[in-house]
Amino acid sequence: MKNLKLFLPVIVFAVLAVFMWRGLYLDSRTLPSMLIDRELPNFELRTLEPGDQLATVEDLPDEPFILNIWGSYCLPCLQENPIFMAAREQNLVPIIGVNYKDTDDAAREWLDINGNPFTLNIVDDTGRYGIDLGVYGAPETFIVDANGFIRYKHIGTIDYRAWQDEIMPVVRQLQSENQVAGS
Amino acid sequence: MSVSATLIPGRRLQPQYLLACLACVFAVWMIISPEVQAQAPVDVYDFETTEQEQRFRQLSNDFRCPMCQNANLSSSPGGVAADLRREIYRMIMEGMSDEEIEAFMLQRYGDFILYRPRLTLQTVLLWFGPILFLLAGVWIARNITRSSGGRAETTDETERETAVTLSAEEKARLSRLLNDQPDADNPTNRS
Amino acid sequence: MIPELGNFALILAFCLSIVLGTLPIIGAARDNTLWMSLARPLTAGVFVFLSISLVILGYSFVTDDFSVQFVANHSNTNLPLQYKITAVWGGHEGSFLFWTWMLGGWMLAVAIFSKSVPEEFIARVLGVMGLICVGYTLFMLATSNPFDRVLPLPPADGADLNAALQDFAFIVHPPSLYMGYVGFSVVFAFAVAALLSGRLDAAWARWCRPWANAAWAILTLGLSLGSWWAYYELGWGGWWAWDPVENPPLITWLLGAAMIHSLAATEKRGVFKSWTVLLAIMAFASSLLGTFITRSGLLTSVHAFATDPTRGVYILGFLGLIVGGSLLLYAIRAPILKSEFGFGNWSREVFLLANNLILVVASAAILLGTLYPMVYQAVSGGDLISVGPPYFNTIFVPLMGILVVLLGIGPVARWKRTSREYLRQQLTRVAIAAVVLGVAIPVLLTMSVPLGTIGVCVLALWIMFSMLRDVAGKVANKPSLMAGLKSLPVSYWGMQLAHFGFVMTMAGACLTSIYSIERSVLLQAGQQADLGRYTFVFEGTRPVQGPNYIADEGTIRVLRDGEFLRTLHPQKQLYTASNTPATHMGIDGRFLRDLFVTLGDPRDNGAWSMTLYVKPFVRWIWLGTIFIAFGGILAVTDKRYRRYKVSKQASADEQPAEARLAGEH
Repeated sequence: MKNLKLFLPVIVFAVLAVFMWRGLYLDSRTLPSMLIDRELPNFELRTLEPGDQLATVEDLPDEPFILNIWGSYCLPCLQENPIFMAAREQNLVPIIGVNYKDTDDAAREWLDINGNPFTLNIVDDTGRYGIDLGVYGAPETFIVDANGFIRYKHIGTIDYRAWQDEIMPVVRQLQSENQVAGS
Repeated sequence: MSVSATLIPGRRLQPQYLLACLACVFAVWMIISPEVQAQAPVDVYDFETTEQEQRFRQLSNDFRCPMCQNANLSSSPGGVAADLRREIYRMIMEGMSDEEIEAFMLQRYGDFILYRPRLTLQTVLLWFGPILFLLAGVWIARNITRSSGGRAETTDETERETAVTLSAEEKARLSRLLNDQPDADNPTNRS
Repeated sequence: MIPELGNFALILAFCLSIVLGTLPIIGAARDNTLWMSLARPLTAGVFVFLSISLVILGYSFVTDDFSVQFVANHSNTNLPLQYKITAVWGGHEGSFLFWTWMLGGWMLAVAIFSKSVPEEFIARVLGVMGLICVGYTLFMLATSNPFDRVLPLPPADGADLNAALQDFAFIVHPPSLYMGYVGFSVVFAFAVAALLSGRLDAAWARWCRPWANAAWAILTLGLSLGSWWAYYELGWGGWWAWDPVENPPLITWLLGAAMIHSLAATEKRGVFKSWTVLLAIMAFASSLLGTFITRSGLLTSVHAFATDPTRGVYILGFLGLIVGGSLLLYAIRAPILKSEFGFGNWSREVFLLANNLILVVASAAILLGTLYPMVYQAVSGGDLISVGPPYFNTIFVPLMGILVVLLGIGPVARWKRTSREYLRQQLTRVAIAAVVLGVAIPVLLTMSVPLGTIGVCVLALWIMFSMLRDVAGKVANKPSLMAGLKSLPVSYWGMQLAHFGFVMTMAGACLTSIYSIERSVLLQAGQQADLGRYTFVFEGTRPVQGPNYIADEGTIRVLRDGEFLRTLHPQKQLYTASNTPATHMGIDGRFLRDLFVTLGDPRDNGAWSMTLYVKPFVRWIWLGTIFIAFGGILAVTDKRYRRYKVSKQASADEQPAEARLAGEH
């Protein structure tokens, strides 16, 4: 029994090593959202176009939609734009933009140059609404269901693969849920 | 490897002087180094009381910046950290308590933002682990001292015996050791 | 062509360390003198080839050979020469080569300065270090070779060294940290050799102690430099952030401190043998753990190198092999390491045990806090928590408090058996004086009852007085004071100095956290702001042109109680090449307090935002560590470590006589 005690260090070490090995494959940079399955927080913010109109949650679509946090300064947003443009052309799902910590002029210019995939753009120039959403940097993307509940969050760039494998399956599922509920 | 140079028998190189010089350079450099680079953010907020200001500093030290690598809100420049400091200021000035502010942060960013983890079922081990370690350590140490306390008595006996039966050669050796080797931690032994 | 030579030298070092890691150990087991005698020449060979490799990497930096990937990523033609050289350790691959070279250096030192150690033993020690070296060199060759090329189209210019690393501290901090860190592999090798040979006696402890002290003292300086660097680089007054990358070196330092104390008992009294060996293994394991965390990206940290799971898997495998293997060896072989002598309840052994207990519990708690978020995430399936300074301070500060209380008693207690009456007689007056003065001084100075400060003062005075009491007791029966002081051995002074430094660091850390004040203000030229006894008068800014930046330089006159003290010149800079803004703080550092100002941004009305800081006693933290390191080195230079030329036979039968000697008072 006394000698078994001497094996304690090596056992503790082995357990730690297993956890460290697991830890290598964990992503500790992406915060899980606290808002999944919660209602989209309310807001009262200007719209980018035509400008100076106040929008609230009431003005958002009553079908499933994507809420994308973006800014003209944000390089990954530039990568996402063609995918969103294609989605708009094919009428897949409405995309709402939240212009995060940006200036109106820069945002409008960016949309002119790169194309505007957003059905509605709301202006969060102070980042206050971003805090309510638990945002910590553009781009971040939420998927909201027809009842206004947040169902999914993607942090970072949406590339083609993420769009196909992560975003669209959730959107399609929410859309079919919505049709069932509507019929 | 100058430090080890003393291990050469008879060599007069005294590395403590080398190290002393190094330490002096370090000390002098610490005292004189005048203007140096910094990246800390500077926000200016007006507070009504110093208590509010202290709470502001405390809170921005205890929340973790969600965007940065690993830093608190008060040391992170720009971005969401600045927004969150502004929110903390707003909430303090609106008279919210520390608990309410913590709840506000928690609701939006989750446990990640708290540098002081909440005591929950999942963090019991974290908070009480050190106490467990200490208790276990005290228990082990007691066992060790108790068992050798017993042995101290028995070795006394054997020592007394051996002291009597030292051969002349051993006695000479012992006295040589006594004279040669000052016991470092107990210099009084020398006499 | 030249970089390929460097690569070739690295391969040769790898091959030689394979031979070094096998033949001498086998030779020692089979009593084959020829194979054992290979250890020293092979060590020299490994060191030479590692040096060639390192010099060639440095040469590639100096000659701007951007066809070498590592150089292209971490240098630039316009980088000043000294930073080109230090850029060798400015990134993962190069710093690992530097780290391995340090190991080679320690190996060579062991080979040269351990002539008195029996051949068989030194063959095992160098063999174990050779095995470690095999792992490091293979790691470089397999996953992170600093000599990898970008061919056929090398970039015209390099990407430049991270601006924060272009600093004097960066020239000295990594070498001292690495040197201390790697030094623990020497003690580890001694411990494993002891387990292999089954020989662990006072002689072993005496061979081991100088290496343990040296590695630990250098690690102290390395940590201290890192902390000092963080203090002024980041400019928000913090000096220790409890970051996952900073914690493992602190754990190594704490375990190293425990080991030094335990080694003392092993040498003097032949006790705690298997415990000392376990500590040596754990200290080395924690240094490897630090390497693993820094270089695998396991935990989110400000300091981590670029992350790559393959590297992580490799280092983890190596960690498992070396540490797991040695702990297994320990479990099997430790029963032969019996303590021969007992000790009583109030003996110095008991206090050393208590010291070890506190230090190890502190280390375990830091490890727990560091790894907990990762374990939490793995177990909960993705939830994240953070464990930060509030947690670590809550745990660490009380433990250090207990340690300091014991520190006042331990050195006064005698080996083997100390009567309670003796301790009472020695320390009662000391305790009373410490409490009375420790309460009176802060109360009279501040005219209030600052509980935290009283605690710090009482503890600090307790240590000071107990030290003086001990010295006084030891010189009391000497003919004169000078003769008495001279008769005390160097290692005794080393111990006292290190303890003094420890108390200074602790006191500085506590007092600065109690008394630091800061204030952020918006000032126009001519306006002023008060902070404590100081008044800061803002005189305005002027544009300044630096070598590679433009800046606005503020002029701030500092008055104390209305009298002019000095002028500070903080700057707000813009580095033109990379378009990165930075601020230079204006600092006035004195023994008793630091004042500094960081400049924020200009506002519309010509006002500038700035933060003013007064940080009393902050310098004590680093000055204390200098005393600690110096004390450690002083102990290494004690005569008794070089006096004995021990042959195999003599050292074997010397041991019991010596242990008997130590037992007699």
